[in-house]
Amino acid sequence: MLDLLLEPFTLGFMRRALAGCLALSVAAPPLGVFLVLRRMSLMSDVLQHGVLPGIAVGAICAGLSVWAMGLGGVVAGLLVAVLAGWLARRTGGREDSQLAGMYLLALAAGVALISARHGIDLTHLLFGNVLAVDNAALLGMAGVATVTLPALALIWRPLVLESLDPGFMAATAGRGGLWHLVFLMLVVLCVVSGFVALGTLMSVGLMMLPAIAARHWSDSLAGQVRVAVALACASSVGGLVLSFNLDIPAGPAIVLTAGGFWVVSLLTGPRASLWRQAIPNA
Amino acid sequence: MKPVAPITLDQVELRHGPRVIVSGLSGTFEPGSLTALVGANGTGKTTLLRALAGLHPLAGGRIDRGGLQASDIALLAQGSHLDRSFPITCLDVVALAATRLGPFRAVSVARMMAARAALDRVGLADMGNRQIQALSAGQFQRVLFARTILQDASLILLDEPFAAVDAATARLLMSVIEDWHARGRTVITVLHDMDVVRRHFPRTLSLTGEAAVWDVRPDAGLRAA
Repeated sequence: MLDLLLEPFTLGFMRRALAGCLALSVAAPPLGVFLVLRRMSLMSDVLQHGVLPGIAVGAICAGLSVWAMGLGGVVAGLLVAVLAGWLARRTGGREDSQLAGMYLLALAAGVALISARHGIDLTHLLFGNVLAVDNAALLGMAGVATVTLPALALIWRPLVLESLDPGFMAATAGRGGLWHLVFLMLVVLCVVSGFVALGTLMSVGLMMLPAIAARHWSDSLAGQVRVAVALACASSVGGLVLSFNLDIPAGPAIVLTAGGFWVVSLLTGPRASLWRQAIPNA
Repeated sequence: MKPVAPITLDQVELRHGPRVIVSGLSGTFEPGSLTALVGANGTGKTTLLRALAGLHPLAGGRIDRGGLQASDIALLAQGSHLDRSFPITCLDVVALAATRLGPFRAVSVARMMAARAALDRVGLADMGNRQIQALSAGQFQRVLFARTILQDASLILLDEPFAAVDAATARLLMSVIEDWHARGRTVITVLHDMDVVRRHFPRTLSLTGEAAVWDVRPDAGLRAA
């Protein structure tokens, strides 16, 4: 049993992938918890599709350089995030349909751009390829985690108030919009940094699924963040083992594992789970 | 708290989109005065309160707040947009009332103690560590009052503070309002319960749609009509 768990990591590229995914597992889920609490889960969908055209443009301009693709992804992600926020304010409600329109458009544009340039494997870009995690990609993941955690710690209190009561934040002259923007930047960084190993479509999974599952385990914010990070780490290890043994891409394998944790949490978690609702006094 | 200045309104006009809801409103809220803002639904009470807080643009006229900054004004909105499913304790909600909350500003021990004292004042001393999602409507309104206490504002604006609370809670919250009044803060409260207005509020401002009337007791107004 232990061999099954450890054997994949005797290989260098698997250890790299593990290190990178664990770094992301620490950085991304706390952001996911805030996205869930702010009812912005759909925003993560928009971002994961929105970064794709940017990555494609980066690849077209500078070849298969992780830095160029990453930079393109970050720029595109920020543009999409700001545009989505602006559209939501301008059109007054019905934000979800605007967001759905944006991510469909972004996905189509990204796939079209990538197909137009030969030599990029679309499957790898969308779903990840652990073999491609080179030093640059690993540095990117570790670097983003290193930046994200202290930054989140710094904006934590204003972000909590902005999420809890934006009206109060505005009335007391707090700069709610600023903290919201910094938060969105961190989300974009995390989504983009995971694309080499997990793929653009799957890197959001490591951010959102543990956060959604954590709601069923703790009723405090700090508790939810801790549970989400723990679930994400377990998903990374489990997913990479699954990926190695079943020969499936790492992104879907990790997201499937995280999804398994979510289903179990939803069914049997101590808070607001289906089990609790069926038997309130259990 | 800053020394309180009078709040002077001069020919204030307020609109919701194209619709004029308050026009030609002039008058003064004296420092330390306690005023009830009364009137039927849709006469612009909430909008006037928001305008006093600087959160609703004036379509005409001006409001002189005597140098008060946003941080000197506390607005307790009705049906606050506060997300009641957020995982946070009562004590944290109150302590987060810190004005000018920034990345490098910790919540000090003194502020934490003030937050506990405020919760104690509204009768929630033992509920500090309770999650807000577990509170009843009345308890929740008490938490919002505790937060308003902590804001330490010189102008306090309350929008129907006794809606959805029971009689005992309303009495307790009224005593908090009288505390503020006794300490010289200017308090303006939107109220519907004329009984409470008659018993506790020295001044009234009635918005009727066409004109605003100062200090006409609601019952006197009824006799005149």
